Amino acid sequence: MIELSHLGRRYLLGDSEVNALDDINLSIAAGEYVSLMGPSGSGKSTLLNMLGLLDRPTTGVYRLENRDTQNLDELERARLRRERIGFVFQSFHLLPRLSAFDNVALPLMLAGISAGERQSKVQQALAAVGLMDRAQHRPNQLSGGQRQRVAIARATVMHPALLLADEPTGNLDSRSGAEVIELLETLNASGITLIVVTHDPNMGSRARRRIVLRDGRVTEDVYQDAAK
Amino acid sequence: MRIADLTRFTLNSLLAERQRSALTMLAIAIGIAAVVLLTGLGSGLQRYLVSQFTQFGTHLIAITPGKANTTGFSISAIDTQRPLTLPDAQSLLDIPGIEAMTPVVSGQLSAEFAGKSRRTLAFGIGPQAPTVWGMPLARGQFLPADDLIAPRPVVLLGNTLARSLFDNVNPLGEKMRIGGMSFRVIGVLEAKGQMLGFDIDDAAYIPAALSLQLFNREGLMEIDVLYNENETSSSVVKRLSRRMIERHGAEDFTVQSQDQMLASLGKILDVLTFAVGALGGIALLTGGVGILTLMSIAVAERRGEIGLLTALGAPPNFVLQLFLGEAVILGALGGLLGVGIGLAGLGLLHLAIPALPFAPRMDYLLIAEALALLIGLVAGVWPAMKAARLDPIEALREE
Repeated sequence: MIELSHLGRRYLLGDSEVNALDDINLSIAAGEYVSLMGPSGSGKSTLLNMLGLLDRPTTGVYRLENRDTQNLDELERARLRRERIGFVFQSFHLLPRLSAFDNVALPLMLAGISAGERQSKVQQALAAVGLMDRAQHRPNQLSGGQRQRVAIARATVMHPALLLADEPTGNLDSRSGAEVIELLETLNASGITLIVVTHDPNMGSRARRRIVLRDGRVTEDVYQDAAK
Repeated sequence: MRIADLTRFTLNSLLAERQRSALTMLAIAIGIAAVVLLTGLGSGLQRYLVSQFTQFGTHLIAITPGKANTTGFSISAIDTQRPLTLPDAQSLLDIPGIEAMTPVVSGQLSAEFAGKSRRTLAFGIGPQAPTVWGMPLARGQFLPADDLIAPRPVVLLGNTLARSLFDNVNPLGEKMRIGGMSFRVIGVLEAKGQMLGFDIDDAAYIPAALSLQLFNREGLMEIDVLYNENETSSSVVKRLSRRMIERHGAEDFTVQSQDQMLASLGKILDVLTFAVGALGGIALLTGGVGILTLMSIAVAERRGEIGLLTALGAPPNFVLQLFLGEAVILGALGGLLGVGIGLAGLGLLHLAIPALPFAPRMDYLLIAEALALLIGLVAGVWPAMKAARLDPIEALREE
């Protein structure tokens, strides 16, 4: 599903060059459940953005579903993000002026799917996160956990192959955090590839594969038993 | 994204900040309303003036003393010109294409009858004046076709003057004094109304030769000529000029046809209308700055949304279109609002001053609306480009 070879990403920070990612070699199979861990500035968010096609590597190759992403133009990258990749953010990034329903419908709208077709898909996605009865609520009428579940419905409404979550429980209390993790794991169990960036060692240990980054390099990449 | 969805999405984001959007639209609307109102006033004034000047007929040519030369001041300052005389006027009558002619002298004189006295406008004219100006007679007769140089002392009274001086007495055949000279009333004109606010019925019409004596003038103020409607004004103007140069030896006079005068009047008023329209345009510029400000703020506030849209797979131009679309819609709706306000203002003015025809000009309305759209577009370009250039990773970073 994902193959990274000698992947590097350098920034110019003032006069000095910063190696955000340095010679990353990884292979992630379809359906895997991976946690990306490491201290701040270790490069885990940069790696996630790279996998989500929001960033381009300075060196190396990123193959997504057997396609070299290097040669894709912005239009094709946008199409891949739309159809193959779902994002979940720490701060949800719901549009406050839109109802839960319209927020979930956003990717379908961007894909040019008609309103009639959207209706059933959005309802399905909301039902999958257990928020059918909140469809017409605005984000500010929902709890944090509910907001993140709306965001997950939005990330999965296009049935992507890859779900990227950046600190999905970072802004949640532990109970709603646990609910969100359970929801993500259910999605993973149904076949979606799940990659979660987290600080939380508890959550990191739940993933079957744990990758730890430090100073832009992979320092640990282990398969572990799900510590249920 | 489908057009209907894009439109809904754009309107939705404007509605989410309805107060801000409304105020910004209002700024554009005020500018557009000013343009609509001022150009409507200008063209209304134009129509009014043209109707005032054509009420005496349209196939008129006026000869006035002094050459209006191209540098703008008259050489009469050096005083080499000869006055326009009654023989000059008389000589024009045998030019082909000329139907009728009247000399014109005017001024204020006191008119007296039976102990009553009234300051009135006195016109020195020729016997053909009623033909030239289309003056209808109420009673009596016109000035007799006398010798222009030595006419009999008779007077035609305007309707207002006749009523105020003679009350219930029939003025026909009565003797009265005008400027100290004795005149016999031979006719009363029908009421004609006002011209540019002056009551032209409050006037006495006497033979031109006598008015020259009364005003102690050497020359006529003007000679008005009515030409045959099958002739073109320019060819008649040429013939008149040739005759006058023959008589004066130099071009020390000005010949102007009514269409020329209306054309130059029209030009002046067009410039005026454009100028006041441009003045309103300045207000529009302010509205444009309003849109620019609002959109810049919106881009800064909606960084998260911009990043999100990119992450969700919006095509590269989508963010640009989104913000540009919002700016254009603000401009267009503001423009429509302004056109409405402007038309309502013109309607109110029309109620207040029914005499002036306030005419909204369709071309200016369309230009104003197009301008509003354009201003929205131009004001939106910079913020929209700023939004499109945002690095999505930067934009998505936790606020």
